[in-house]
Amino acid sequence: MLRTEEITLNMGPQHPSTHGVFHVVLKMDHEVITEARPICGYLHRGIEKLAEARTYTQFIPYTDRLDYLAAMLNNTGYVQAVEKLMEIEVPERAEYIRVICCELSRIASHLIAVGTYSVDIGGITGFMYCLRDRERIMDLFEMVCGSRLTLSYMRIGGVAEDLPDEFIPALCQFLDEMPSRLDEYDGLITGNEIFQARTKHVGLLDPGVAINYGISGPNLRASGVFWDLRKNRPYSVYDRFDFEVPLGKRGDCFDRFTCRIKEMRQSLKIIRQAVEQLPEGPVMAKVPKVLKPPAGDVYHEIEGAKGILGYYVVSDGSNKPYRIHVRRPSFINLGFLNELCKGWKIADVVAILGSLDIVLGEVDC
Amino acid sequence: MVENIFVGFAEWLRSLLAAAGLPALFGDIVLMIVKVAGILAFIAISVLWIVYMERKMAAYFQARIGPNRVGPRGLLQTAADMGKLISKEIIIPRAADKIVFLLMPVLIFVPSLLLFAVVPFGKNMIAVDLNVGVFYFFAVASVSTIIFWAGGWASANKYALIGAMRAVAQMISYEVPMVLAILGVIMIVGSMKMSDIINAQQNVWFIFTQPVAFIIYVIAATAETNRTPFDLLEGESEIIAGPFIEYGGMGFAMWFLAEYANLILVSVLATTLFLGGWLAPFGLTFIPSWVWFLLKIYFMIWVFMWFRWTYPRIRVDQLMNFGWKVLVPLSLANIFVTGIGMFIYRAIGW
Repeated sequence: MLRTEEITLNMGPQHPSTHGVFHVVLKMDHEVITEARPICGYLHRGIEKLAEARTYTQFIPYTDRLDYLAAMLNNTGYVQAVEKLMEIEVPERAEYIRVICCELSRIASHLIAVGTYSVDIGGITGFMYCLRDRERIMDLFEMVCGSRLTLSYMRIGGVAEDLPDEFIPALCQFLDEMPSRLDEYDGLITGNEIFQARTKHVGLLDPGVAINYGISGPNLRASGVFWDLRKNRPYSVYDRFDFEVPLGKRGDCFDRFTCRIKEMRQSLKIIRQAVEQLPEGPVMAKVPKVLKPPAGDVYHEIEGAKGILGYYVVSDGSNKPYRIHVRRPSFINLGFLNELCKGWKIADVVAILGSLDIVLGEVDC
Repeated sequence: MVENIFVGFAEWLRSLLAAAGLPALFGDIVLMIVKVAGILAFIAISVLWIVYMERKMAAYFQARIGPNRVGPRGLLQTAADMGKLISKEIIIPRAADKIVFLLMPVLIFVPSLLLFAVVPFGKNMIAVDLNVGVFYFFAVASVSTIIFWAGGWASANKYALIGAMRAVAQMISYEVPMVLAILGVIMIVGSMKMSDIINAQQNVWFIFTQPVAFIIYVIAATAETNRTPFDLLEGESEIIAGPFIEYGGMGFAMWFLAEYANLILVSVLATTLFLGGWLAPFGLTFIPSWVWFLLKIYFMIWVFMWFRWTYPRIRVDQLMNFGWKVLVPLSLANIFVTGIGMFIYRAIGW
């Protein structure tokens, strides 16, 4: 009988499939995982601390750097929290523009999730297709605010500028073409036998456990839990749109993946309705030049691309926040990683981690 | 004329040497050197071309343009990459077994080169037409398993170790269905000589009489060459580059080029065994046999590339299950059916 022993494998921080500088210490019995200890913090920038030395408006660009794949959503979450604290009424048009931009951001984020997941499973072609279409969203954002990734488009009280004239036609063209692109992904990635063999029944997430661990977003909904803040606790103007919340059945990697593809279709539906209903008017509320929210605290959460994105803002009445804390969905979704990976193979760790769709900017804040 | 350009050249060389009054042995040696040089040139040029072709094809599959800067249409891209890799420093990990680590990237080319000896490039264009050609092919090809393993082991890296272990498991498992699949063809021909196998396909290619064997062969060959969906050995999203993880510069390039040489070889075997080798279809004999052969192997290479840029990667246990529980029984059944078919065929006396 040969002597065997477990090996410890450092997966990351430099590893192509950890989606950034994320580190998992794997204990393995040959290829089977017995323990997966996540280590994060390699990208820690102390954004929450930095906020204390910035004014309320100056903090907006920092939110871009959290989940840099869905910057609009991060902006929105923060500015809405401050608006709630200051009780600012945002003009109708600004709300609709926010919805359009947020949903575009959600699609962009899910495109990256879908594409990188395809690479994680081993098919590189899917990634290129997703990036090709994400590029168009980047172009749309460039029209809106001149920036492609770190957008900082939202302002406390509205949005930075009105939509340019060429934006709506370009957006409509995108909306017309995108459904067929999603069908293409279904054909190339979702429908593939090997892809299904790799992802179905892998990394099962029980709905009860998912709720206990605070997992949110597509990861929670893939387990069959109906929890989408846009529906359950509508903020902004989300109660005016007709859309569905896609749910999974088993809560495996495949469900988490397909949930994202289905959500993109729903986002397209929301954007289309928002474009149709888009009212005229100002895009910025009347807010003072120097923002001094009343002393107090506020917690506001929105449905981010990765899950529930919450901002806790404490004000001491000065022009700088006393404390800001961000509930980062990527970080909280990682909490159950060890249990999810146990007993699976090393290739499944990549599949599970990819299906959770983390962004390291958000994990480490 | 074009048909016999290479054969004619060899004969002209031989007669020239004979006319100079040199012994026959000398002529044989010179001819052997010419053949080896010819094959080496063929490998070098093909590999450079195939790397370019793969990148270009991948680009078209992925709605990109691909290499287009170095040389016309980016044709010199691979040469430029090789130049870069050669000029790089060779880094040896401190814990590595130095001799094995440096030796393996060189040795990996040896089986590939040896195999080209039995490649039937065209009519009368086999360097050595062994009477156990197919057997020789498999015997030598399986040596590369050890080289992959030794390279991974010598790197003293856990990723490399996992990759090396996978290489051994995968290549041995898939050699079994591959050989069993080919048995069907060999049973029909009754010979393992490459030229005999090709000549037996005068009327009908074996892809039509042995379709199951062809499919099994293609699947197993994909696994043997470590290409997607069976590229577990490299598994770039999980074990990054497997056994090659610690290799940089020319060491890496050697592994990389050997992979493409192997790709040519499995395509050669597929062409020889199933696609009629150098035989021209539809009586299009005005195109020389060696051109047909090249066209067919490039078709097979294209198929393998198509797989690679479409499919995701299978998991290691699924790979083993598929090999032993699907491909091996299927290939055994194929042998059985072929045997019965041959028996009936003879009994009827067609």
